[in-house]
Amino acid sequence: MNAPAQPIAATALSRQAASFLSRFEGLRGRLVGPAFVREQAAEILRQGGLPGPREEAWHFTNLRPLADVVFHEPLTPVADCARLMALVPAIEGPRLVFVDGRFRDDLSIVPEGIAVRVGTPSYGALARPASERLVALNCMLAEDGATIEVPDGRDAGTLMLVSLGSDTEGRPVAFHPRHSVKLGAGASLTLIEVAVGEGVYLHNPVIEAVVAQDATLVHLRLQDEAAGAFHLSTVYADIAARGTYDSFALTLGARLARMEVHARLGGAGAAAHLNAAQLLGGSQHADFTTVVSHDAPNCASRQTVKNVLTGHSRGVFQGRIEVARIAQKTDGYQMNQALLLSPDAEIDSKPQLEIYADDVKCSHGATVGELDADQLFYLRSRGIADPEARSMLVRAFLAEALDPIAHEPTRLAMEQAIEGWWQRHPA
Amino acid sequence: MLEIKGLTAGIDGKEILKGIDLVVPQGEVHAIMGPNGSGKSTLSYVLSGRDGYEVTGGSATFEGKDLLDMEPEARAAAGLFLAFQYPVELPGVGNANFLRTALNAIRRARGESELDAVQFLKLARAETKRLAMPDDMLKRNVNVGFSGGEKKRNEVLQMAILRPKLAILDETDSGLDIDALKIVADGVNTLRGPDFSALVITHYQRLLDHIVPDRVHVLSAGRIIRSGGPELALELEAHGYAAVVAEAA
Repeated sequence: MNAPAQPIAATALSRQAASFLSRFEGLRGRLVGPAFVREQAAEILRQGGLPGPREEAWHFTNLRPLADVVFHEPLTPVADCARLMALVPAIEGPRLVFVDGRFRDDLSIVPEGIAVRVGTPSYGALARPASERLVALNCMLAEDGATIEVPDGRDAGTLMLVSLGSDTEGRPVAFHPRHSVKLGAGASLTLIEVAVGEGVYLHNPVIEAVVAQDATLVHLRLQDEAAGAFHLSTVYADIAARGTYDSFALTLGARLARMEVHARLGGAGAAAHLNAAQLLGGSQHADFTTVVSHDAPNCASRQTVKNVLTGHSRGVFQGRIEVARIAQKTDGYQMNQALLLSPDAEIDSKPQLEIYADDVKCSHGATVGELDADQLFYLRSRGIADPEARSMLVRAFLAEALDPIAHEPTRLAMEQAIEGWWQRHPA
Repeated sequence: MLEIKGLTAGIDGKEILKGIDLVVPQGEVHAIMGPNGSGKSTLSYVLSGRDGYEVTGGSATFEGKDLLDMEPEARAAAGLFLAFQYPVELPGVGNANFLRTALNAIRRARGESELDAVQFLKLARAETKRLAMPDDMLKRNVNVGFSGGEKKRNEVLQMAILRPKLAILDETDSGLDIDALKIVADGVNTLRGPDFSALVITHYQRLLDHIVPDRVHVLSAGRIIRSGGPELALELEAHGYAAVVAEAA
């Protein structure tokens, strides 16, 4: 009897995995950093390929479109970055700029009071390439990244981490930056991550964040990649006692995007906020996938994910909360809300709770709706024209997610980016 | 100002207004009174352009323009204002931002310059003070967590700021205690003048003690069955709708 035919998607994706592996063969001698990490990652990809739709974690997000693009190695540094830099919101302060995954000294403003190293990928101890195979891809091909360290007790202010994807005419590039952030005890940092670009490219970054006890990492992320881009990012955060990882991710760009966040609350009284908003139009697909592991008592996790979907777009939220037996008095909350502005838009929501402790408070919920006709009429009856009224109601829907952003310049930049999105996708 | 002729309209295929004829001349305040289900709210929604109501016949013009052909925002820009019976809550929309956006939209439509945040706040604070509204009502989200009385005062505040030529007050008195009723009535009365007309829709006569109308119309089963001076309201109060309806039949 014949073996069942491989689904076409898996075949195409395995071809793409093979082409990444052959790139690795070609580059192997020139890549810096620990060889065994790369070899191990290559073996994982050889065995498993890229994640396919038959895997549970990838049930709602099919990487198939990735298989249609032939990706290349970024060429010599892009000379003129003025147009790309114009895509970056003007937020004052230090910034680390990467173009096609490579650090650009000339575009960066090096921070004070923070130890920053660039030039090699910054592999940490948190990543799990065996279970997250896009992370294996990153491990295998990462060329550069930032190592960011804030000493004990230091309030390091803000740092922008900027990724620019360039449009190298008819030659889509793939880049896999690898960053790590380490906050000492009682330290604090607001990391503002911005991903923008032009043309077609694959941006597959991995960030590992270690938050020591009593430290606070605020992670504000603006994903406004080019319309033809792929954004597949993975963040690992490990939070010690009374530490906080407070993140908000705004997804506006890319044709296919997935942000995966793994947060582990490893010390008593730690907190994680994994909030996000996804505004999608046309045929965009974006996926926000989180895994929160409560591994210590008295920890709190909060996730509010808002989706605004127009056109034929599809939004995905997968949120998994794991509560270990030791993690008594866990307080977990998860809410996914979607505003569908078109009959053809779709939202998929998959909450998962896995609880082994007996004294916990965990809740999750999901809402899906359209703009409220009564609210719309109320605004219009006051003279506010229909498009402006709709825009006001969408902003109102997002306010709960945006208002808590304490860093005002970033909040304003995000509001402006939403305004730009609204111009592109009037609903 | 407002001229309604033979207006028939309904919702979900059910005819509710069965031929309304009504003229509100410039500078006059008219009251429409009627029992529940007579079509009072339908009339206010049809005039302000709410979706879902189907006009099957007749006409309504505002300063000679076909009102029924205009989008709700165009009606507002032309000078029409509906004070809602049930003001809508807008979580996430600040009251001040809402009011300023509305005012500037209407000012733009009138060819006037927009007000900046400082100019607007000055105007808004003066009006909230006059309506005995706490200052923080401007900061709060529109109608969210407002008491019934606060919501109605917020409607009158919007009216005071937007300065319409014709206000339709849809049961603005419902849910108000006597003090709030007086404040709301004062808010309307200060707008009265040669450039302001109003259509006060109410079930009870008590609001008309404070906003004394030039004319009173009785609406029953989708038709105006009687019109008269302010004394008609008192007659209704004394004898009830049934007597007037029976007499008209």
